[in-house]
Amino acid sequence: MAVQSNLNNMALVLTLTCLFCSAILGGAYALTKDPIDKAAEAKTAKAIGAVLPEFDATSYETVSVDGKDFNYYLAKKGSETVGYAVESSTSGFGGPLSLIVGITADGVVYNTSVLSHSETPGLGAKCTTDEKFTSQWKGLNPSEKILKVKQDNGDIDAITASTITSRAYTLAVQNALSVVSVITGANPDATTGATTSKEETSNE
Amino acid sequence: MSNRLKLITSGFIKNNPTFVLLLGMCPTLATTTSAINGMSMGLATLFVLVLSNMAISALAPYVPDKVHIPVYIVVIATFVTLLQFIMQAYTPAMYETLGLFIPLIVVNCIVLGRAEAFASKNGVLDSACDGLGVGLGFTCSLTVLGLVREILGSGSIFGWNFIGGHDGMLAFVLAPGAFICLGYLMVLFNKIANKNK
Repeated sequence: MAVQSNLNNMALVLTLTCLFCSAILGGAYALTKDPIDKAAEAKTAKAIGAVLPEFDATSYETVSVDGKDFNYYLAKKGSETVGYAVESSTSGFGGPLSLIVGITADGVVYNTSVLSHSETPGLGAKCTTDEKFTSQWKGLNPSEKILKVKQDNGDIDAITASTITSRAYTLAVQNALSVVSVITGANPDATTGATTSKEETSNE
Repeated sequence: MSNRLKLITSGFIKNNPTFVLLLGMCPTLATTTSAINGMSMGLATLFVLVLSNMAISALAPYVPDKVHIPVYIVVIATFVTLLQFIMQAYTPAMYETLGLFIPLIVVNCIVLGRAEAFASKNGVLDSACDGLGVGLGFTCSLTVLGLVREILGSGSIFGWNFIGGHDGMLAFVLAPGAFICLGYLMVLFNKIANKNK
């Protein structure tokens, strides 16, 4: 059916095909780069908006806690700090569980939102939708509650049949709280609390 | 004309990629956790299939025999990457759900299979029809499989929940349920298809 193969035409055809395809992809990349960046930005903006009370401006900053770098958005209204939206990632059941945790200036959790996860659909993946689970983070004051799931003698209701995911979620919130306490320089107890529970979780 | 129509319909029944040819099992089992996911995966494959079939049938006469597989794969990979860019830019939520399985379309046996078996020997328009038929067949199969698994596993249809706050039979959302559903649907499909012969 096709052309008789020899070294010259094989090399020529392969080179031309690859050159042509990479040219097309280069063009497509340039064309879609803006919308892709915008979509990613819109997603983050939406996530911050959902986890913090009203604000005018955010700045993206990095802080190092226990030798680990955490990124967070500092949200301000006028000159007053509204709160911090901390990106906090732990290992869930199926892979990394990445949250954005909104904490107001007085150290209370305002809301949380999942940025990305690879939990089991129908089980751990409910951490994004299960009202009963997600609503308990709203307005949670870390000094009033023990930030552990009930199975570990804490105050957090785990998702049914998804204790590992719930633990990971709780740990992520806890880490975010200790990051904020480092940023604000307040409440050293919260920091130690977070460190201890980190060790416990890794032992399991 | 009726010949082309036959090409399209044969992708549904005689050459149905999922239930008859048993090709592309990896995305079939993995992405059909819900009807909408299955349908999106099917449409993504349809897009690549039609375009790569057309491009390959146009290129085939000029490609030396010994390098035809690498050339086909480069062509298919180009379309898949294009699709990836487009999805990432305009349907980021869908891209996140299907994420890993979009690049895997490159090595989906359906696409390379149709390129080898059909597109390399037929004209551009016929190949487009073949791609459309097989692609639609794949989309429908995946949607049906997704629908069955969604109804049994999470008690909803296209995201609309009909059993209230209860849980469905979780096994059907997980991997074992995928195999069980696929097996039963295959039996059912082949029984109906054989009756119509």
